[in-house]
This record gives sequence, C-alpha cells and structure tokens, in this order.
Amino acid sequence: MIETLFFDALRSAVGPTAATYALLAIGLNIHFGYTGLLNFGQVGFMLVGAYGLAITVSVFGGSVWLGVVVGILAAVALSLVLGLPTLRLRADYLAITTIAAGEILRFLVRNTSSDPFTGSVFGLRQFAGDFYAISPFSGGSDYLGPLRFSANRMWVTSVGWGLVLVLSLGVWALMRSPWGRVLRSIREDEDAARSLGKNVFLYKMQSLVLGGVIGAIGGIVFILALQNVTPDMFLPQVTFFAFAIMILGGTGTVLGPVLGSILFWFLLTGLQSGVRTLVDSGAIPGVAGGQAVGAVSLIAVGLMLMLLMIFRPQGILGDREELRLDVK
Amino acid sequence: MVSTLVARLRHAGALTGLALLLGPLLVLALPAATAVAQDVETISGRFRFEGEPVVGVRVTVTEEASGAVLEGVSGEDGRWEVPLPGPGTYVVTVDTATLPDGVGLRDPERTSVEVRVLENASAAAVFALGEAVDAGSDLLRRILQNGLNGLKFGLIIGMTSVGLSLIFGTTGLVNFAHGDLVTIGAFAAFFLNVTLGLPLLLAAPIAVAFGGLVAGALDRGLWRPMRRQSAGLISMLVVSIGLAFVLRHIVLLFFGGSRLAYADYSLQTAMRFGLIRVTPVELWVMGLSIAMLVGVGLMLTRTRLGKSMRAVSDNRDLAESSGIDVQRVILSVWVLGGMLTAVGGVFLGVIESVDYLMGFRLLLLMFAGVILGGLGSAYGAMVGGLVVGFVSEVSTVWFSSQIKYVWALLVLIIILLVRPQGILGRRERFG
Repeated sequence: MIETLFFDALRSAVGPTAATYALLAIGLNIHFGYTGLLNFGQVGFMLVGAYGLAITVSVFGGSVWLGVVVGILAAVALSLVLGLPTLRLRADYLAITTIAAGEILRFLVRNTSSDPFTGSVFGLRQFAGDFYAISPFSGGSDYLGPLRFSANRMWVTSVGWGLVLVLSLGVWALMRSPWGRVLRSIREDEDAARSLGKNVFLYKMQSLVLGGVIGAIGGIVFILALQNVTPDMFLPQVTFFAFAIMILGGTGTVLGPVLGSILFWFLLTGLQSGVRTLVDSGAIPGVAGGQAVGAVSLIAVGLMLMLLMIFRPQGILGDREELRLDVK
Repeated sequence: MVSTLVARLRHAGALTGLALLLGPLLVLALPAATAVAQDVETISGRFRFEGEPVVGVRVTVTEEASGAVLEGVSGEDGRWEVPLPGPGTYVVTVDTATLPDGVGLRDPERTSVEVRVLENASAAAVFALGEAVDAGSDLLRRILQNGLNGLKFGLIIGMTSVGLSLIFGTTGLVNFAHGDLVTIGAFAAFFLNVTLGLPLLLAAPIAVAFGGLVAGALDRGLWRPMRRQSAGLISMLVVSIGLAFVLRHIVLLFFGGSRLAYADYSLQTAMRFGLIRVTPVELWVMGLSIAMLVGVGLMLTRTRLGKSMRAVSDNRDLAESSGIDVQRVILSVWVLGGMLTAVGGVFLGVIESVDYLMGFRLLLLMFAGVILGGLGSAYGAMVGGLVVGFVSEVSTVWFSSQIKYVWALLVLIIILLVRPQGILGRRERFG
C-alpha cells in the first residue's frame, strides 16, 4: 500500500501537471518574487493561453502552432489591460483586480452565449492532434518503468519540463542582467528606483507581460496534456496553488518554482491517495467520501501556505534577508 | 373484427380513466399534451382566468406538414375544440387580441405551442392565463424587480464590507478570508437551525455571536502575534489566503458541497406591491439590514469606541499617542466585522441558500464595493456595496444572469482607472 502511494505521488510529481504548475510559478516568481507585483489572477493568464489555443484550432481550424501564438498574444493583451489601471497604485490593488479578472474570464467563457466559441461549460476538445503527430514516442504504457507513462503522456511531459528548463535558464540570465537588477530594486524600494531615473511603471509592465506569457504557456501545456479544456479547470485556487508552490520552493530564486512544484505535487497527491485509502476503508467516519479527499487536501494546502508564510517565508531555497516582503 | 373493436374500446376506456386522473395535473404542467383515444383526431383546450371560463378566445391551428389553417373559438365553458384532418404535428396559436381586457398569457412570449397528435387521438393545448402586461411596463417591472433584488443584495454586501474596510483601515490587512467569515456565520446558523432544530430566530443571534467570537479569536490568536513580529502586509495577505482555504474547506468537509436551505422561511408567498413582488422575509432582511447599517453608522460617529475606531483607521500613530489602546480597538473592529459578516451570511442564506463557496463569491463583490467606496472608509463600504449589488442585479434585465458579477467587477476596474481612491476615499493613501 505504501508502495502504491509512493508511486502515485511520484507519478504526479514528474507528470505534466507538475510541469504546468512549475511554469505558472515561474511566471508568478517574475511578478512577485523579482518585481513585488501581487498577481492573484495567474489562472487568468493560464486561461487565455489555453482558450487562445483551443479556439484557434477547434473553432477556426488553425494549426496548433498558430494557436500557441494566439494564446501568447492573448496573455500579452490581458497583461496590458490589467496593468494599465493598477500598476501605478499600491500592490494590493493589483491583487484584487487580477483575482477579479480571473473570475470574469471564467464567467465569460462559461456563459451560454459564448457557446459557439468556447463550448461554454462543456469546453472544447480535439485541438491537440498536430502536437501529438510529431511525438517521437510510440507504443504502449511502458515509459519510466513503474510509473507506466503512455507514449502521449511521455511526449507532453518531456515538452513541459523542457520548457520549464529553458524558461528557468532564461529567468536566470535575465535576473543577472541590468534589467533584472532594476526589477529587484523596484521590489526592494520603488521610490529609490524611481529617483535613479528608472521608469518604474514600464519595468513593472514588462514584468507583468513576461510572467503572464509564461503563465499562458503553462495553460497551453496543461490542456495539451488533458486534450480538452473546460472553464472550471480555471478556478481561483489554481493561482493559490501556484503561490504555495513558489513560496514552498523559495520566492525570488530561479529553481524555487521547479523544486516547489515537484515537492508540492508529490506531497499533495500522496496525501490525496492516503486520505482516499482511509475514507474507502471507513477510517474517517461521518464524511462524504469524494469530497473529503478534496477538502482535506485543500485544508492542507491552506495550512501549508499559512505556516510557510509565518515561519519560513523564504521557502526551501530562498534567502530571508533578500526578501523583506512588504508594501510601503 | 368485433374482438379488435372491443379491445380498442377497452383500451380507450383505460386511457380515458388515466386522462381523468391525470387531467388536473396536466393542466398544471404548462407545455402539456395528452392523448385520448377517439375515432377522430381533435385538438382542444380551455381558457380560464382566476377560476372563471374565458369566452370568445380565438385559436388557430396550423398543420405543420401542409400549412393548412383551422380555427376554433372558446365557448360558454371556456372550452374550444378543433377537429383535425388527420394525425400529425400542429402549431396552436392564441389570438391574443381576442383575450378580454386585463387578461393576458402568463408567459407573454409563449403565444403558440406545438402539439403532436397520434392516430385516433385527441390532444390538448394548454395556455395559462394571467394578468396582462404590455411590453413597456414589463421592462419597467423587470427594472423595478431587479432593482429591489439589487438593493437587497447590495445591503448585504454593504454590511459584510464594513468589517473588511475597517480592518484594512486599522491594520492595513487586505483580508482574503473575510468572505469565509460570511460562510461560517451562515453555516453556524444552518447547524443550529437544521441539524439541532432550533428556530432560526434563535439560531441567528447565536450564529452572529459565534461569528464575532471566531473573528476575535483570529485577531488574538493569529493576526496580533503577526503584527507583534512586525510581519509585512503582503505576508499577512498571503496568510489570509491560506486561512481562507482552511476555513472554506473545513465547511466543505463537514457540510458537503451542495446548496442547502434553512428550515424556516424558505417557502413564502410573495406579496405584490404594484408591479413588484416581494416575500415578507425579504422585507424583514432589508429592513433589518438598513437598521443595522444605520446603527453601525451611529456607533462610529456617536460612541467612544466608534470614534476611536475611526481615529485608528485615520492615523494609527496619532491615535496611539493620544492614549487610545490601539490593540483593543483593533480587536473590537474584528469582533464587529465578524458579527456583521455573520449577519450577512445568515441573511444571504435566508433569501438564497447556503453553500461553502457563498462567501468567496461574495468576497470579490465586497472587494469591488470597498474599493468603489474607498478602502478604509466604513461609509464608503456601505455605499460601494449597494452600488455593486444594484449594478449586478439590474444588469440581468438586459444581459444573461450568468455574467451578472462581471459587470460589478468591471465597475471595479473602471473605478480604479478613473478614481482609484474611491467615491469617499482620500487621495493621500494611494499611489
């Protein structure tokens, strides 16, 4: 039983979902970890990336590659719309606006009158054909030994983690550059950066766009792995998972989001399998079965977020001195 | 030959009996068509208004396949019957011009129904009559009705937002767990009312006290220690998100994910006031909300505690140096806020239903209201909440109700562009 639990958890920790959340957290890390922007609507960027791809392919018959471009452009547009009114204001205004925007977008794609484009609550499918057509993997479920990944899962997993690697390298290089130093100085003291003649608003906007685009790429990987997309994949809790991952791994570090995602999904899936086993065996009385698994794991995520923030805000890899997270 | 005829008659008898049994039920169900075996196919129906037959209403019956048009007129008993050329699909249309003055279709859009008639069968076309509404006053009616709903909803948002805004004003914390305090208040009342069987009038005050207690305990146990360690506001904000997760899913764990209703006041007959309908409990909710908002306003301006709350919210250091016990004031802000959110939760549960996400849905609207009115201002929260509730409900007159919150959230974004300090906020706190 322990063995099944372990492999369940490991399967999830190296799978496409963990790669997706690593991407979301890399984007958030650019926003929050390096620039100090409180983006609580990362799921909105993920949503426009995912639906940009799915609508382009399923509704308009474009190729997957065109869809990816559309998804990324949609994320750029969303960051401009969100950033223009809020980036001049205090950090918490961006937080409230972004979480609201994420929900607005979900309501809109879910709405019945959007049905011809988004398929409303039923969502869209059959957009991943081109992507799997160029897969180098073939055959049955015999990849990665005991994890038994199918050929398709293996392909999307490789692409997902490949993107994580490339983008992490990119973040590493960017944050060593003068541009990255300006971002960090904005996080530390916005007024100081301004007094040195930097256009703080412009830098914040660039950071918002960059992190948002990476979030959209996360959304694209996510739906390519699932091969369908529905509005309720994009609940606000997705953003909070990404936040928990970033803080767990280490806010403002290059590898923090990656390590955080692997560890987070290992722990969460392990916990879910464990609770499910306990519920099935009747060890937890008086609790509705399927909901208990979800509820317990989300309580655990919430507790983890609280405890980390109180006792170890720098996470596993972070440097406490570098992160005096505060708004002026 | 004879035996088949007998069989057919017996068959017909059975069906007629069934039709007699089901007849009253079918009249209740709106788009109903029943079939009774006969030698000639007919479509019939009956026009009644407030129990009285309506005479002289003309209906036209169009055969779908051929386009042939037949007519019938209701007689003394309100009945009409149109013999048909054969089985098939027919569209029955009421000539609404022949209805008496003041009488119209209960659903004005539904002037025709499609009826399928089987061989040797008679079918019924049912039209429910009600008081006539013309298109112009219908729009007015919907605006008034939705405006009333918006007022009701806005008062609740306003009441729950006061705490959110005061907590922000006194501690700088944007409390993402505030919506879940609403949920907790609502479910505390649900537990007492449904699980333990207390009357709601008794359950509600206990739930409100519990809401205040939870909020006070959170301040003492969590936020005050964090303030003492001079934790950053962003860390506290992220902690409040974690807390929201914990609270929300504890409710999910114990009460499940479906929508639930209180045992009392869930089924009430609406009263009519001119064009609008309102249930007595809705009137009570609105009246009590207004009374409470006025009460909070008076408390903030007239009492010593209220004045110190506003003083701490305006300038904490100055308030502290003038001898106000800031920590005690903050605690009372939390308790007051917690009680108001619990009231809001119970009210929302009474007029709609309770579910574990109710507070989170409300939270976004509270944020919109609070920013609209001006973060940190209690009166701003009331005004902003009202506007947000009103906008989202009235939008359903023209737009789908699935996206009603979108309009409220758009108002939020527009306000941030035009006047970020909100309607009643002060400029200096921002930018």
